[in-house]
Amino acid sequence: MNDMKTRLRQLFADLRSRGLTPLQEKKIRFELDMAERNGVDHRQTPAPSVCPIYRYHDLEMLQDFSPANLTALTTVQSLDYLLERDKQREKDGFPRKIRVGRMVKPSKNGDDKVIIVPTTVEEKLVHDKIRLDEEGEGGDGDPSSGDGGTGEGEEGDVIGEEPVRPDQGGVGGAGQGEGAEHDVESNAYDLGRILTEQFELPNLKDKGKKRSLTRYTYDLTDKHRGFGQVLDKKSTLKRIIQTNIALKRVQYGKEVNANDLLMSPDDRVYRILSKEKDYESQAVVFFVRDYSGSMGGKPTELVVNQHVLIYSWLIFQYKNQVETRFILHDTEAKEVENFQVYYNSTVAGGTQVASAYKLVNEIVDEESLARDNNIYVFHGTDGDDWDTKGEKAVPQLKKMLTYVSRVGITIAENGYGISGQTEVEKYVRKSGLLEEKRDLLRMDVITKDTEEERLIKGIRELIS
Amino acid sequence: MELLSQHAKKIMEGCKERARDAGLRFQDDSLEYIVTNRDFLRLTPKNMIPTLYDYWVQDVEVMKEAGQYELYPTNPYETVINTRPPISYYNDNNPDWLNVMIFYHVLGHIDFFQNNLYFRHTWDYDFAGKALSDKRLIAKLRSEKGRWVDYIIEFSRGIDNLVGYFDMLMDLSVEQKKMTRIDFYFDVFIQGKKNSSIVDYVGEIEKYNQFERDFPGEGELRFIDDVRTRHAEFESLYEKELKAREKGNNRRDLLQFLMDKSEFLNQEENKWMHSVMEVIRTTSLYFQPQIRTKILNEGWASYWHENLFLQDDRISGHEIDFAVVNAKVTSLPRVGLNPYALGMRLFYYIEEQADKGKISYDYQRIADQYRRRKFDVGAGGGKEFIFNVRENFCDAMFIANFIDQEFVDKHKLFVAGKRLNKKRMTWQYYVKSKKARHYRKMVADALYHPPAIKIDVDENNSLVINHIFEGKPLLRDYIRGTMMGIEFLWGNKVILFTEEPEPVKKQPGQSQQAQQEKGPGEVKWKRVKYTMKDRKLNRVLVD
Repeated sequence: MNDMKTRLRQLFADLRSRGLTPLQEKKIRFELDMAERNGVDHRQTPAPSVCPIYRYHDLEMLQDFSPANLTALTTVQSLDYLLERDKQREKDGFPRKIRVGRMVKPSKNGDDKVIIVPTTVEEKLVHDKIRLDEEGEGGDGDPSSGDGGTGEGEEGDVIGEEPVRPDQGGVGGAGQGEGAEHDVESNAYDLGRILTEQFELPNLKDKGKKRSLTRYTYDLTDKHRGFGQVLDKKSTLKRIIQTNIALKRVQYGKEVNANDLLMSPDDRVYRILSKEKDYESQAVVFFVRDYSGSMGGKPTELVVNQHVLIYSWLIFQYKNQVETRFILHDTEAKEVENFQVYYNSTVAGGTQVASAYKLVNEIVDEESLARDNNIYVFHGTDGDDWDTKGEKAVPQLKKMLTYVSRVGITIAENGYGISGQTEVEKYVRKSGLLEEKRDLLRMDVITKDTEEERLIKGIRELIS
Repeated sequence: MELLSQHAKKIMEGCKERARDAGLRFQDDSLEYIVTNRDFLRLTPKNMIPTLYDYWVQDVEVMKEAGQYELYPTNPYETVINTRPPISYYNDNNPDWLNVMIFYHVLGHIDFFQNNLYFRHTWDYDFAGKALSDKRLIAKLRSEKGRWVDYIIEFSRGIDNLVGYFDMLMDLSVEQKKMTRIDFYFDVFIQGKKNSSIVDYVGEIEKYNQFERDFPGEGELRFIDDVRTRHAEFESLYEKELKAREKGNNRRDLLQFLMDKSEFLNQEENKWMHSVMEVIRTTSLYFQPQIRTKILNEGWASYWHENLFLQDDRISGHEIDFAVVNAKVTSLPRVGLNPYALGMRLFYYIEEQADKGKISYDYQRIADQYRRRKFDVGAGGGKEFIFNVRENFCDAMFIANFIDQEFVDKHKLFVAGKRLNKKRMTWQYYVKSKKARHYRKMVADALYHPPAIKIDVDENNSLVINHIFEGKPLLRDYIRGTMMGIEFLWGNKVILFTEEPEPVKKQPGQSQQAQQEKGPGEVKWKRVKYTMKDRKLNRVLVD
């Protein structure tokens, strides 16, 4: 730990000797102070919550009836049905209403499970708070604004604290956690499909670099109704229920007696042997995330959310033949083994973008990835960089651009500085690479209160 | 959903007797159901009314974005619902003693539903039965009109918080007197004038009294004559106001207004939409009082479950179990607002105050702290007083009238603030104020408060909605969706006037620090006009 601090301080001294503007110095100081106080320790912290008045209710208070998290309730074809309905809305001339929200939930064993929560809002004319500053920061002006409280303490006494934005996107989004979720479990592939179809993300252009298939395998993957080799019990049951709903034998609110269900011959769904092309991995995607101290809260949330969407989209585009690598950086970069760690590491430390770019270049070089693969690099940062002029980062970036199919840089502004004036944005623009290599390098700058819709738009910008 | 066992039902009947003896009043029969998690999940989006109409949003997680929209409460339901007979829900493995506690709590709610005047429009019919027929109606319409039924439900729900609840209550309460010229003059005319001061107002009253004294019997007439000569416009304004107040001319109930006045909705082929809108409107009106009496209702139920449980001879030996659960329900949180805890303490407090005769002018006049503390004229009647409060009050009145410094000090209440500590990168909670008036305002701000509006139609047949300014802006994200729905129902252009805050310009380049020291709160209010035409929203500033 001390070793780390010394290194950071040395780096700072070194940078200062080369000249910094007061604003730059201040930003660096800010992260440095934080690092020295809290250590450069990327760990998770829990968040307390304050319950507003109307969220109390009898069943929970008196009988411990917390809303259960039941997947069972989700109707047989819920998600597709909802999206279908949403499409119809558009045809009828009304904007869409379903949001495929909060879909980040990598499972513990590292496979790419994604939870899709179809959400919506009921819009009404309602009063809002006066919000000028971010999240009620300060807010000292009006002594009657705030929450209720009870107990000992004089005016001005501090009675508790919680870390600023402790949720680092660990469960995929702030504000989740109460209320019944009607989750639809799906995988990243499905999400990619939804993104492509529903949100009209572009299909990937064939760059002619796709590796040809090497061989065929035979696998029990195709489904067939009526006959086949292996009965697919889940799909069969689904069909039977659909049939019986149509026959009014299964009705809402009534007990279902399995003996009464009718089964049409067509309801049997089988898996049959089919010829499959066996692709080799065609794309390598590097996800690079800045987890320095200044990334706390919203920027991190935005970046990880966007990366999951991109990840899902690529998986769909390459039919699961994507290799992913995850890289985190503060002043130094490291590769982590899976999504889970990539997601859940908390922020601390300083920032040096160059370190991450350098690591990517090294990996590509060592493993000769460039020869056989399309390489994508997506980098999420808040735009602060101690290497203020990009002296180290730009050369690394240039090098990267010699082999990649696309580099997408997302700058999620943290709101500490002036918008559009972050270091990374400035030096990338200044380098002229954005124009020179327009087909290879894209940058998307978002503010900290960006919504999902904008995120998806941003992806379009990054990948089209 | 199964009915409660006979054994438990018998206990419930015992509770009813004891509650009646204590003074609670409610109907004889009641229905109790056992609910499973699965039932609960189905009931939640239907606000615990099992027979409520189906709507696709109920199958989707509705985004609440914790903490952001406190002003948009979405949980107006209880363990017991206000139907005839009242229905309440239970876990199937509750021990008897716990059921007794819950029964008393439930009886407190039933008593409240059936006696509090804000519920009076729900007294004459059984909502569960009505909801069932509504549900069938909507299902039938859906089979004929398909998805358009859901659009109408959606657009109507979008404005179901603008239903003129208080106007409806007023219509119910006293028979409507025609507004006299005197009423109009004093209540509307001079108060609405520019630069009217209290001194002027009192002067006018004095003048009126003088006329009464000078011309007994015809003072009023002469006074009005005098007014007419002074204000030439008086008579025509009075006529206009009379017209506006006529029944069916309600300018605050948007749903009703659309049903009455929309040319689109009154075309023959669109008549069926009225039925859907009426269902949404009555459902909303039914829920309105629950959300406006949360603190009172929970406080009242908690007060009685605590009192009656401890007096109940059948379950002695479970006092400790009870204490654990009761503490969980009724303890004041270190930070946060618990309606059970706050309401119950207020009831105890005002009961004691009334018993000692402290709710009186004599007591108010005493400034001496010692004498205030020792004040007790033995007036009694505390019970009677709280029964009166449960009959006549809603949350806003409850809070405004009874939270005083004595109460705040007694329970060590304070307003908790939250501020950013940049050094530690934490949000710090701190004691912001211990003054009763701040606490009162904080609670009042947390209460449900839908925007007040006034509706008009302009010469181009556009619907004009005027949001009456109360120091709060509208939530901007929702304006588009809502207005699109209104435009559809109105069938023509819709205009919304509202005020929006604008921060007083900061100096560019000014550091974060300096901004914070200055503090927020400096706001300029700008009047804004939103226009929705052909499903496109347009926003302009007006001066």
